[in-house]
Amino acid sequence: MREPGFTITREDWSLHRKGHLDQLRHQQKVKEAIRRNLADLVAEESIILSDGKKVVKVPIRTLEEYRFRFDPGKQRHVGQGTGDERPGDVVAREGGGAAPGRGPGAGDQPGVDYYEAELTVDELAEMIFEDLGLPNLQQKRKPELVSTGHEFNDVRRHGAMANLDKRRTLLEAFRRNALRGQPGFHPIAPEDLRFKTWDEALEMQAAAVVLAMMDTSGSMGTFEKYIARSFYFWMVRFLRTRYRQVQIAFIAHDTKAREVTEQEFFTKGESGGTKCSSAYELALSLIDTRYPPDQYNIYAFHFSDGDNFPSDNARCVKLVQELLERCSAVGYGEIVSSRYATDSTLMSVYSRITDPRFVRVTIRDKADVYPALRAFFKRQAPDLAPAAVS
Amino acid sequence: MTERELLELERWTQRLVRRARAEGLDFYEMRFEVVPADVLYSVGAYGMPTRFSHWSFGKAFHRLKTEYDYNLSRIYELVVNSDPCYAFLLDGNTLAQNKLVVAHVLAHSDFFKNNWRFAGTSRFMMDNMAAHAERIARYEFKYGKEAVEQLLDAALALAEQVDPHPVGPPSEPSQDEEGAQAPAPARPSTPYDDLWELDRFLPGSGPGGGSGAPEASPSRAAGAATRPGRPVGFVPPARGVPGRAGERAEERPASSGRARRLPRRPEKDLLRFILQHSPYLEAWQRDVLAMVREEALYFWPQIETKLMNEGWATYWHLRLMRGEDLPEAEALEFARMHAGVVQPHRLQINPYLLGWKIFESIEQRWERPDEEDRRRLGLPGGQGREKIFEVRQLETDVSFVRNYLTRQLVEDLHLFTFVRRGDEWQVESTGWEQVRDALAARLTNGGIPVIVVEDGDYRGSGELLLRHQYDGQELDLHHLEKVLPYVFQLWGRPVHLLTVVEGKETLFSYDGEHHQRTLE
Repeated sequence: MREPGFTITREDWSLHRKGHLDQLRHQQKVKEAIRRNLADLVAEESIILSDGKKVVKVPIRTLEEYRFRFDPGKQRHVGQGTGDERPGDVVAREGGGAAPGRGPGAGDQPGVDYYEAELTVDELAEMIFEDLGLPNLQQKRKPELVSTGHEFNDVRRHGAMANLDKRRTLLEAFRRNALRGQPGFHPIAPEDLRFKTWDEALEMQAAAVVLAMMDTSGSMGTFEKYIARSFYFWMVRFLRTRYRQVQIAFIAHDTKAREVTEQEFFTKGESGGTKCSSAYELALSLIDTRYPPDQYNIYAFHFSDGDNFPSDNARCVKLVQELLERCSAVGYGEIVSSRYATDSTLMSVYSRITDPRFVRVTIRDKADVYPALRAFFKRQAPDLAPAAVS
Repeated sequence: MTERELLELERWTQRLVRRARAEGLDFYEMRFEVVPADVLYSVGAYGMPTRFSHWSFGKAFHRLKTEYDYNLSRIYELVVNSDPCYAFLLDGNTLAQNKLVVAHVLAHSDFFKNNWRFAGTSRFMMDNMAAHAERIARYEFKYGKEAVEQLLDAALALAEQVDPHPVGPPSEPSQDEEGAQAPAPARPSTPYDDLWELDRFLPGSGPGGGSGAPEASPSRAAGAATRPGRPVGFVPPARGVPGRAGERAEERPASSGRARRLPRRPEKDLLRFILQHSPYLEAWQRDVLAMVREEALYFWPQIETKLMNEGWATYWHLRLMRGEDLPEAEALEFARMHAGVVQPHRLQINPYLLGWKIFESIEQRWERPDEEDRRRLGLPGGQGREKIFEVRQLETDVSFVRNYLTRQLVEDLHLFTFVRRGDEWQVESTGWEQVRDALAARLTNGGIPVIVVEDGDYRGSGELLLRHQYDGQELDLHHLEKVLPYVFQLWGRPVHLLTVVEGKETLFSYDGEHHQRTLE
């Protein structure tokens, strides 16, 4: 019988890119999945408390390849030991315990697949803020100058060799040689050299100020404060990443309102009754003293549990209307801890305000934070935001 | 590998091929390709050098590649069941490593060529898959990537639900014999044909038995066809639709209710049943399902013989390498690599190690049988080599373990079974029979639950009833509830699956919007 032959070859496989392409598609799907889970993520405690550098582990349920399969937790497995094993010995623990190695199963909660998507908080923020913007942003009298970086948009005869513009240099050489009657790229004389050089790109941006008001009265429980802070955490992040010139004023109130620092706003607990009008009054006085509406786009947001002194409600409506006269947008968010609770009286009096620049949202659980953010920062058509830098 | 090493490898392979032949290995013509890691890992992820695109392959590629990059694990070779047999060697391997890999691969090729489970596989699958890839790419172009991806998501979820070894008469009439009352026997008759009759006594297989479905189902056909969003006017082929009874008088008397169940016997090939009988799929979608199924069937024997195949290759690389006079440094490297390959894992079976040990044990028992083997099996001795070649030809992993995992082996290798109790995984038993049975159970049907189509016209309304053939191992319910929507996506009507949960028969249903769980 003939001996079976063989060949050994080594070819150029550099164009074999399929794995990379499908890997890209998979990563794209990971990102989509993260985006779909954003509502959960926005209020994830670890993210809110992070220092901004942390890499988060994002739980995803969609990238599992589902099959009809046996429940590994109920199966009998076979292992190989050292000979000392006795029935009842623990060989592994769920969730990584003292025993070495991992259990063969997928974990005790099937389906919660922790894909360690390596996203920094910044990347996550980028995805969350992708289609958010300040509404009704207008050019005011005092735009502020912003530098957005460098643009290589000029060519000069001198410069650093690293910035040599080879194409233009060759063209110059060709032109000069052609004038001398010998068209061609050779020789290249020193006077042919051209260098790319840059301009600082400057852009005018409308000035904007956000007045962040939060109810810190005794009726705001841990959950309510957590929600309000989640919202403001992401709002502040959003404003800081998208608009360099946005100023933020923080107002905390119970029956009296005080302007506080960012640090205090996010950390300090308070107590006492609730008078929302106090915050609006302070906001109005800040506008009148520091942020004249002809120079600033003003945004006022207020979070409360709605548990306001009933006698104060009428005054609140009046003040909100006054705010609307001066502001580009006003938002009111009400945090209701029980799914069955109805809207407060404050919310119902606000429902009579018809101005489209007044946005009301009700937040019932963590997942509502992201929709609230979207409701307040719906991106308007691009032509309405001539100077927004994004 | 440098050019010089490549030449040396070629000389080596020449010698090795001759020796392997002399030892009795019978393999295909070999095509060794030395490739960079990227390519090896993409072949590993796709199972083939060229295959259709799907993100799940990208995911596998990413994982393998990352493990390689971080030096966590390494694939040394990949060999394709084809004629000529293609084997991919890693360019980054040292010469000594690739020498071992060549020896290992020759045994794989021999296994593909001779093990009976592979007898039905196409040896030109490489070309077929390339053609499939091209066809699917065309569908992507025509119907959109999104649509094809969604279809593939569903198809791949069911790719393991095929029947590689159908036995008995077909579970349903083929298109042309439809209408004939008694189908012609599909195979030459044998004295054992009456055994198929026993199927009648299986639960739920007789006419009208098991499912408790209503016998008569008036006006169903119209309802199914005019449902919004479904292709209108498409009459599913080969289904016992009452509305069609009048047109074909010979089928049955109009009053007898449903003409016949479809399938006639529980059908294991879920993918084939759906692609043939789903009223919902378009021609190109059926084509994609058929391609996925063909590829799944091609890979199936490899799932069923992993332990044997790796054991056989390990046995032979060891044997062939030992016969060579290696330079000292290479001998050391070879020993280290072999030790790495057969390193035991505590919580799972290393197929290279266990398969190899079983083959060695068989060879030894048949070569020099002990008193008991002589007495009980009547072994004369001196048949070691002959026996292992027979085993590699006739067994699959399940029978390999069942027939040849001896008490001695279980004790020598310190095998044990373990189960989960609360949050802990505890050793359950070290008894050799318990270990053997647990392992055989794990390997049965490639470790994949057997799901059969019980009724393609469940409740008389074109719904699909599947049954998990429960063998003591319960299904992963989370996965189950994720797969049912895929089945629905392909079937277009509500789907049901009957299985056992916590010891109770439970019916899982999905109607396109809601999951439902009912105790039977």
